[in-house]
Amino acid sequence: MSLLELKNVYKIYGELHALDNVNFTVEKGEWVSIMGPSGSGKSTMMNIIGCMDKPSKGEVLLDGVDIAKESAKNLTAIRRDKIGLIFQQFHLVNYLTAVENVMLAQYYHSMPDEKEALEALERVGLAGRAKHLPSQLSGGEQQRVCVARALINTPEIILADEPTGNLDEKNEEIVVDLFHKLHDEGTTLIVVTHDPEVAEVAQRRIVLRDGKITKSVVNENFTGKIRFS
Amino acid sequence: MKKRQMFLRMITASLMRRRSRMLVALLSIAIGATILSGLVTIYYDVPRQMGAQFRSYGANMIFVPADTAFTEQDVRQGAAVIQAADLVGIAPYRYENVRINGIPVVAAGTDMQGAQAASPYWHVDGAWPAKDGELMVGAKVAESFRLKVGGEIELSYTPETRTQEELKTVQDQTCTYQITGILDTGGSEEEYVYMSLPDLAKLTVDDGKVDVAELSVSGGAEQLEKYIEQINAAVPAVTARTVKRVTASETTVLTKLQALVLLVTIVVLALTMICVATTMTAVVAERRREIGLRKAIGASDKSIVGEFLGENLLLGLLGGIIGSLLGFIFAQQVSIHVFSSSISFRLWIVPVTILVSIAVTGLASLLPIRSATEVDPALVLKGE
Ligand SMILES: Nc1ncnc2c1ncn2[C@@H]1O[C@H](COP(=O)(O)OP(=O)(O)OP(=O)(O)O)[C@@H](O)[C@H]1O
Ligand SMILES: [Mg+2]
Repeated sequence: MSLLELKNVYKIYGELHALDNVNFTVEKGEWVSIMGPSGSGKSTMMNIIGCMDKPSKGEVLLDGVDIAKESAKNLTAIRRDKIGLIFQQFHLVNYLTAVENVMLAQYYHSMPDEKEALEALERVGLAGRAKHLPSQLSGGEQQRVCVARALINTPEIILADEPTGNLDEKNEEIVVDLFHKLHDEGTTLIVVTHDPEVAEVAQRRIVLRDGKITKSVVNENFTGKIRFS
Repeated sequence: MKKRQMFLRMITASLMRRRSRMLVALLSIAIGATILSGLVTIYYDVPRQMGAQFRSYGANMIFVPADTAFTEQDVRQGAAVIQAADLVGIAPYRYENVRINGIPVVAAGTDMQGAQAASPYWHVDGAWPAKDGELMVGAKVAESFRLKVGGEIELSYTPETRTQEELKTVQDQTCTYQITGILDTGGSEEEYVYMSLPDLAKLTVDDGKVDVAELSVSGGAEQLEKYIEQINAAVPAVTARTVKRVTASETTVLTKLQALVLLVTIVVLALTMICVATTMTAVVAERRREIGLRKAIGASDKSIVGEFLGENLLLGLLGGIIGSLLGFIFAQQVSIHVFSSSISFRLWIVPVTILVSIAVTGLASLLPIRSATEVDPALVLKGE
């Protein structure tokens, strides 16, 4: 059984088909990129996979459970237990320190553990920044805190919507490197990106256009490492 | 780390690190709590203060003879039943008809210190008589006879028992007095002349009876009734009564005043609630992104409600503590300016103020917090 399976998924806003009969499968441990022009439905699809929105029609099977049919309360629980989210805007709680932001995810998931949270920050290279507030961190550092927060509960699947959209090359490399490590540990990754270099390091990339998947390319020489030209 | 510890860490961080925002909310709660605790303090202190005020408007108990007359000793005996701390003043009065230049006036013999204590509102131009041979005259008497402070006055007395024969032959008893003061009360007291009981006894050549005694007693209406019962039982020569008019109006004014204070308190609490609700609505609107983020990383509606409620209850607690302290200062100022006396501190008002401000804050933030749970977590993914 696949980890994630979208079957004939539609998302319709009035006349607009933001998702138009999408069929899409992701295996456990796979690393997939989603590309496509602005307004093609990438975020809409991520919201549905991330249990924050429901499709107008179709089935979304996550671990065999059709999340299109779950209650809002159950969706919150599924999101908490199985999904790690990374956003283009580095969404952090602005009055909590880096380590507190990471602990927040633990708090909602199970038990806050400062030691574990510090270890996660160390993994993203921010051990020395644990006590800083988001306003005292650079954009790249903030995004790495978001990565630490997304991985702290060892989710089955990490969803990243343009995680490198606001980062410079160096930070982009650090984040992609982190994805690589997560992939090596068996985490499933779905990454929306406009950046072809980031898209190409994945095992597979699909392209959305007007709510339809128009292309699906498998990376024959997958290494998981970013190659700058 | 326990979940509860993280919870406390989060809500204190939210209050401490978002200080400027929270100050507005805290200020409105603290002002509400200040007025609440101030008014409640005044509410409970008003009977004491008003009692003192009313007592300064004269006697609230009166002794009259059970038979036709009684002596000063009977009066003192009756007064002894009242606890010394409750007895503000006692003034025995004896009235006799005397003449000034042949024109009759009423002379009142009394205990000057007692009269001063029992009738503190009496206004005397000059001084109260302090020794034998001194008296004060009522303002009307002073006007009729053109009397001045420092002047002298001769009083004559004709005993009622004299026969027609004796009236023609025997000289009236006369005495000369020094006028120390002119009494101004706005009442019938202005038509009398006041001297000490021994002086009046000397003028009338007898040991003297007393006609009436006025008393000023502190304590509520119930206490007053209890004393009256005890006095009437213990001293047969004395019939004690309340002076109805003053004590009754004291009670009605008190009730009205307390109702007013209560009403103002309720209005202030309602205003505080509206103010807190408005601030919280703004705070929730401002924090939509944060709420969406918390939900996106797995916060249930219950934990969102818990966190906001926790923050607000903490605010209520802080506001309550500040308010109960400021409230006492506020009540103290009001008391000093209105009643010119300081207020008694009631410890129980502190926890009550804190609890009420927590409750009001909690109640006021229910609707705003409910709207927080309606934030769509997908909001944060959209990016802005
Ligand atoms: N709540 C909504 N109501 C109506 N239309 C919506 C709503 N959310 C998204 N859309 C529309 O759906 C389409 C797909 O939006 P989506 O956000 O998925 O695009 P995207 O591929 O993520 O674009 P971008 O690269 O700019 O982030 C857009 O045309 C958008 O206007
Ligand atoms: Mg998007």
